[in-house]
Amino acid sequence: MTDTPSASTFINIGERTNVTGSARFKKLILGGDYTTAVEVARDQVENGAQVIDVNMDEGLLDAEEAMTTFLKLIAAEPDIARVPVMIDSSKWDVIEAGLKCVSGKPIVNSISMKEGEDQFLEQARKCMAYGAAVVVMAFDEEGQADTKERKVEICQRAYNLLVENGFPPEDIIFDPNIFAVATGIEEHDRYGLDFLEAVREIKAACPHAKTSGGLSNLSFSFRGNETVRRAMHSVFLYHAIPAGLDMAIVNAGQLDVYDQIDPTLREACEDVILNRDVEGEETATERLIALAESYRGKSKEDDKQAAEWRGWDVSKRLEHALVKGIDAHVVDDTEEARAALENNGGRPIEVIEGPLMDGMNVVGDLFGSGKMFLPQVVKSARVMKKAVAHLIPYIEAEKDLLPESERKAKGKVVMATVKGDVHDIGKNIVGVVLQCNGYDVIDMGVMVPWQDILKAANENDADMIGLSGLITPSLDEMVTVAEEMERAEMAMPLLIGGATTSKVHTALRIDPAYTGPVIHVLDASRAVGVVSKLLSDTQRDDYVSDTGADYEKVRLAREGKSPSVLLSIDEARANHYDPFYSDKPAPPAQPGVHVFDDWSLADLRDYIDWTPFFRAWELHGNYPAILQDDVVGETARQLFDDANAMLDQIIAEGWLKARGVAGLWPCARDGDDITVHDVEDEAHVVLPFLRQQVKKSRDRANMCLADFIDPDGDWIGGFAVAIHGIEPHCARFQADKDDYSDILLKSLADRFAEAFAEALHRHVRTGLWGYAPGEQLDNTALIKEQYRGIRPAPGYPACPDHSLKPMLFDLLDAERSTGLTLTENFAMLPTAAVSGFYFGHPEAEYFGVARIGHDQLEDYANRRGVDMATAERWLRPNLT
Amino acid sequence: MSVEKSLARARFQVSARERILIFDGAFGTQIQNRKLDETDFAGDLGLAADQKGNNDILALTRPDVIGDITRSYLDAGADVISTNTFSANRISQADYAAEDQVVAINEASGRIARELADDYEAKDGRPRFVAGAIGPTNKTLSLSPDVEDPGYREISFDELVAVYKEQAAALVSGGADFILIETVFDTLNAKAGVMAVKELETELGREVPVMISMTLTDLSGRNLSGHTVEAFWYAVRHADPVTIGLNCSFGADQLRPHVQTLASLADTLIMAYPNAGLPNELGEYDEMPETTAALVKQWATDGRVNILGGCCGSSPEHIRAIANAVQGLEPRAIPVPETKMRLAGLEPFTIAA
Repeated sequence: MTDTPSASTFINIGERTNVTGSARFKKLILGGDYTTAVEVARDQVENGAQVIDVNMDEGLLDAEEAMTTFLKLIAAEPDIARVPVMIDSSKWDVIEAGLKCVSGKPIVNSISMKEGEDQFLEQARKCMAYGAAVVVMAFDEEGQADTKERKVEICQRAYNLLVENGFPPEDIIFDPNIFAVATGIEEHDRYGLDFLEAVREIKAACPHAKTSGGLSNLSFSFRGNETVRRAMHSVFLYHAIPAGLDMAIVNAGQLDVYDQIDPTLREACEDVILNRDVEGEETATERLIALAESYRGKSKEDDKQAAEWRGWDVSKRLEHALVKGIDAHVVDDTEEARAALENNGGRPIEVIEGPLMDGMNVVGDLFGSGKMFLPQVVKSARVMKKAVAHLIPYIEAEKDLLPESERKAKGKVVMATVKGDVHDIGKNIVGVVLQCNGYDVIDMGVMVPWQDILKAANENDADMIGLSGLITPSLDEMVTVAEEMERAEMAMPLLIGGATTSKVHTALRIDPAYTGPVIHVLDASRAVGVVSKLLSDTQRDDYVSDTGADYEKVRLAREGKSPSVLLSIDEARANHYDPFYSDKPAPPAQPGVHVFDDWSLADLRDYIDWTPFFRAWELHGNYPAILQDDVVGETARQLFDDANAMLDQIIAEGWLKARGVAGLWPCARDGDDITVHDVEDEAHVVLPFLRQQVKKSRDRANMCLADFIDPDGDWIGGFAVAIHGIEPHCARFQADKDDYSDILLKSLADRFAEAFAEALHRHVRTGLWGYAPGEQLDNTALIKEQYRGIRPAPGYPACPDHSLKPMLFDLLDAERSTGLTLTENFAMLPTAAVSGFYFGHPEAEYFGVARIGHDQLEDYANRRGVDMATAERWLRPNLT
Repeated sequence: MSVEKSLARARFQVSARERILIFDGAFGTQIQNRKLDETDFAGDLGLAADQKGNNDILALTRPDVIGDITRSYLDAGADVISTNTFSANRISQADYAAEDQVVAINEASGRIARELADDYEAKDGRPRFVAGAIGPTNKTLSLSPDVEDPGYREISFDELVAVYKEQAAALVSGGADFILIETVFDTLNAKAGVMAVKELETELGREVPVMISMTLTDLSGRNLSGHTVEAFWYAVRHADPVTIGLNCSFGADQLRPHVQTLASLADTLIMAYPNAGLPNELGEYDEMPETTAALVKQWATDGRVNILGGCCGSSPEHIRAIANAVQGLEPRAIPVPETKMRLAGLEPFTIAA
């Protein structure tokens, strides 16, 4: 039947040498790797590009420099320079600099009437003088053209102006703006059709002019769903080319043959693009969105490979399932492998020792060489666990036949999150990674007292202990475990990991407490290396002594370094921050305590900051750029898709409950304390804060949170939010040997808690307190904290003392209103929780208290009414 | 911003419709034949370097020699004479410590040619035209002189525009009708030349027509910067040149297919002035005037050319032979190509209408 019509005359303009279109290219240019960047251009031309688009519009780049450097380099490559260049920038200076380097006849992309006719004509004249064709955006003084009428009117006006001024009409290309459709916003429904109709009219009204568009915008609503995006692009071009579209900036790999698109999907795309009425309750957009779900995460290659690998030999299938993390058939395949071995007189353990371990070795190698990433490894582990679970009954049945030595794993590690701390995502990840690599892991869970850890290690004849923790008091608890191990005269290695731990803390505090080896493990990817070295007969001694020497060096460096100069607390107070109290926020619209018993999870979803989510999975990079990252992009996209699928389920099936509370109280500053008037209980609560004591350079204040409060009367807020309900689901996942889903849910719950804190803070600013009623910030702006006011949390740098949490919780009656409880070290339960104070002064900002002096410690102990030892324990991280 | 149209251009086009016009031949070999010494070249300018070999400076120090050669070409039948200013730009003159003479050389050369053209035109009523010649300089905008650093350039576009503009302004002030951007081995240099002339037009408020002439460095038909003849034409078409063509390169024999290509594409006059054959083992051009004339006559017979002349090795005898050979032959009719977007890298890229 039909192929893409007139494909022979239609021009695909590649975007692989465009920093805004290709993450890989951007990375190369930012890294100054022009040699490889030139190869990208060469590949593009070799693969048939007729024009190459070069765009260097990236905030971190000197775009002019990058543009000219790149153009000069490709000019020296005849097999690249043979095709015309499209000099693509939103900045005229960059375009003009580019024009001075291009010897043929290029295309300028773009100019427009955005800044008025004079500038437009001036730039057009210059393009003419340099001998270039131009892309003219449908953009005028009023803005970007969205409707058909505006598109046609602006292009017609631009055309007349250009031609009247001697610009050759055949050198004009109009870009009438392709916008995203299927956004769910009704006004956008016509965008596809408007473009198609506009192209037809522009071509008729402007003889010899061409039309172009950037295709990827169209399917923006379906990012992450390649199948649907490809279908939309192909369907769009199928209609746009006969309408007169001459060229498009498109990733040629992102197009399908129209006829080969699944007819249901094709028709749904067509309905959306052509804005056709559809039968039934749903709109065309709703139908495409619903349909899109069934294509999520699928691509043609996947389908093809899926069909193929099932036909392979069973060992290859097991390996493939492990490497790809596919658990659908693993039990059947394992059984097949086991039965085959049995028939040949083999034993069930050989399935593990053979194909399963072979597969895991591949995974281990790929992970070790940075070609596979944590989320994939965790999925592989899920597959492995399911296979092993299937084999265990068979192995147990013949256990008596096995000699003891053959049952021993490569090594045994006892792991625990220390007493007072409840965070276990990182520990679970390390556990999974170790298990994947053949180590036996005894996971003791969270809030484990040192007695239990030592006991488990001794009773299980463990090879080492791994401790994990997230909150700062856990650092002390780890020192305690080390001291107790010393007292018990143990010798096994002690591994330290977790977000607040560090090599420096390990070297200074933990290592000296224990004679045996103490090793700080930076992240999960290092765990296997560390454990294997510690268990190696040949490497262990060197590794232990090297690490010990390294820590000794850290200690010496620390001693030699003169600590920063501290002011006395009186001097620091004299240099307090002095805000304009006249700017303080007005009293709240709704003072007092407000409970939110079940905040909509669907609403919170929009507030999620994804960057920390990826970081939790050890994928480093900012969202959304990380999805296009050359190295981890594929993994990140897969993880992101899985996360979104789980979010859909969490929301639809009501897995979790978001409970929160916010309070707003009158208060006054009193020195470094803030006295809060709890109106309901007619009580006064004194909140003591800490002040920076490190000597500042000229003009900088020694900050304390109390500085943002007016001594003559002011307002302060507090909040606590929690995400309840993960336990039954985690239990279900664990029962199913599905660590991946377990960790995924935990990491999503954490994101929900942070999102809740963000959403509630906004509600406070715009409503409850109401000092910023008209605030209009999107999620990116929220993540960048572009709003007025701050919400410092106890235990974080501006307010490092975790022990303020009980006071905050009392003010909020948080335990009753949100179901949140505190451990003895002030960690919150459930773990997906955030609490903090609200400061509304426009000058309020985050800072770190950093090191404080003994004088402030003493003063603080007095203010809190506790003995010095307690105060010292609370503030230890700020004392060194 | 309106610029006054060039009357010379209109007159030139009228003449070119009637017959094949004749361009002049080489200056270099003619100057060499006169065996001038250092005092002839240096004159009393008192420049810091030896001037022998600086042919262009003779406009100041031996204007009689330049006048004689120009006259000999007019006598041979030339309708268009060029100024002897191929190297009279700030970059090339620096080799002779004569940068400061650039304006004077070009003005003087322009004046010599202008006066003679006007004399001859007054004598027989046949229009004569002066082409102010601008060579490519020895610097290139498209190529790096350093193989280790392909992104390096010896000169920038803006610098070259300034160099060309200084020369073009002086040529026009001396009386040139057209600016001839000749022997283009680097297309981007030519584009800088075009930009220089456009800026000059804006300053003068009147049109300064350009003639553009490309030179090929290999038989496949590309110049040094790698452009094919067709790509080159698309890259400079915005200059709206009064003539486009080819010069120097190899002899007329090898140049033929490329003249043919250009003739079929360009919607302006074609001017071709090949070398007098290829140099022999001694580096001398020994192609006889009749041989050259017979070769270019074929182009004329085929309707490929509008203006013919000679480059390296050609003499007034060659020009006379050419003029005689093509007398009475129809000039090439300018084609009207379809209106299409025509882009270029090193190779052309035309987008169908």
